Amino acid sequence: MRTLRLLAVGWYFQFKTIARSPFEGFGQVIWPLFFATVAFMMFRAGSDPKTLLYASLGSAVMGMWSATSTTAGAAMQRERWHGTLEALVAAPPHFSLILLPLTLAMSTIGIYCLVATLLLGRFVFGIDLTVEHPIAFGLSIVGTVLSLGALGFLFAVSFVRFRAAWALGNLFEYPVWLIGGFLVPLVLLPGWVRPISWALAPTWGMNAIRESALGGTPWPDLAVCLALGPAYMAVGILMLDRVLDAARRRAALSLT
Amino acid sequence: MTGARIFAVGGLISYRALFYWLTPMIYIPSLMLAPIFQILLMAYIGRSAGLASDEFYVVGNAIQYAAVPCLFAMTQLVGGEKFQNTLSAILVSPAPRLPLFFGRAVPVVLNGAFVAGFSLLAGSLILGVHIPAGAILPLALVILVAAFSCTGLGLINAALALRIRESAVLSNVLFGFLLIFTGANVPLSDVPGWMQTVAQGLPFTHSIEAARDLVAGASLASVADLLGAELLVAGTYLAVGYLLLRFFENQGRRHATLERS
Repeated sequence: MRTLRLLAVGWYFQFKTIARSPFEGFGQVIWPLFFATVAFMMFRAGSDPKTLLYASLGSAVMGMWSATSTTAGAAMQRERWHGTLEALVAAPPHFSLILLPLTLAMSTIGIYCLVATLLLGRFVFGIDLTVEHPIAFGLSIVGTVLSLGALGFLFAVSFVRFRAAWALGNLFEYPVWLIGGFLVPLVLLPGWVRPISWALAPTWGMNAIRESALGGTPWPDLAVCLALGPAYMAVGILMLDRVLDAARRRAALSLT
Repeated sequence: MTGARIFAVGGLISYRALFYWLTPMIYIPSLMLAPIFQILLMAYIGRSAGLASDEFYVVGNAIQYAAVPCLFAMTQLVGGEKFQNTLSAILVSPAPRLPLFFGRAVPVVLNGAFVAGFSLLAGSLILGVHIPAGAILPLALVILVAAFSCTGLGLINAALALRIRESAVLSNVLFGFLLIFTGANVPLSDVPGWMQTVAQGLPFTHSIEAARDLVAGASLASVADLLGAELLVAGTYLAVGYLLLRFFENQGRRHATLERS
């Protein structure tokens, strides 16, 4: 119960903080809209304008990933700059319980991106989206947010040794947009890319959202998406323990 | 003579400061790898949409990505000085402003041209786009002019950074507009008339078109009018940027807001 309370309070606190940041809040919502606009224009001018609906859903999930990747990379660095990292690491709860709400809050901001992109598609490009399975659609969004938060946690932990971790977080924005099948069907990509796509929760989250909106079977995709979350968490916690141990030994936790 | 010294020495110090900020850990992911992924993303979306060839996206996005170094680095001119508490010392000095600001723009132009050139080379190699040997030098010139032009817009961005706090958000917004309006990803013939009109006044529009013509086999002479138009856009933005810098500098002195960050 205490753990759940810590996660909930941490998520709420971090969500409020991020939502009020012009860069991480407002900036992260409008940034994917530019790419969504370009994608809408490309598909509308392309050989089959019917694919606009496909593009609309893909662009919407692009924003969810952007909100997570660009900020997760810098999550630990931000605590360093604020001078709060040592206090958080020294606190009695495991550090993962403090870091996870932060990355979950980032991926929750992605819901703003999703809604903003769908509204852009509807009112600027006239894309009429009728959700076939509303409950599955809602659950797919929640499942995708949770898995993205877990993936963000893994990113935040993995990049902790890099001073310019935010640059790495930014770097992973485009590749996941590409190999996650948001706007490009995976069959168009080289064969060696597909196993990488399958290891990424955004790929399955995208499929689940698209299937539930267009009337397919979202449940298998959603199940894989949700299963990947704990896997990311397990790997992340193992890495986190090693990183914190090394940082304590070398007195390098506040390295900037 | 003093002006020339400020232009050269100020520019050199600014160049060193830029690479103090742009360490390899930032430079390589942000300015060498990210543009390649942008090119790949757009080329594959283009294939998916059945809109244009890979060549179209490689050239368009390689040049358009120069916006990142040009916009962000110019903003860093002001933002970096603010962060290091040196802005007031610079602005209180009697140094003539023209060489002071324009000297700092030179390394930004060169860096932007390098990023675009590298992206074009890497994107062409990965996607198998053929660039005629005879087009390489004219392309280098077009890329340099494109970077020069966007640095003009970056100067306006830097001026606004004297007034607003979130200059990084503004840089992202400007980057997004250039992505949409310059024809980097959607042929201008396929966009509404008002967007075509806006595009004529933006950096990159003419240079992207010129670069595509060169890759298709056109001569430098045949794209001279496009280069001239891009230079005109560059000159206009530089002039407006310089005037805005002076205006906001004066405003900052009047309202004691120079150090506000």
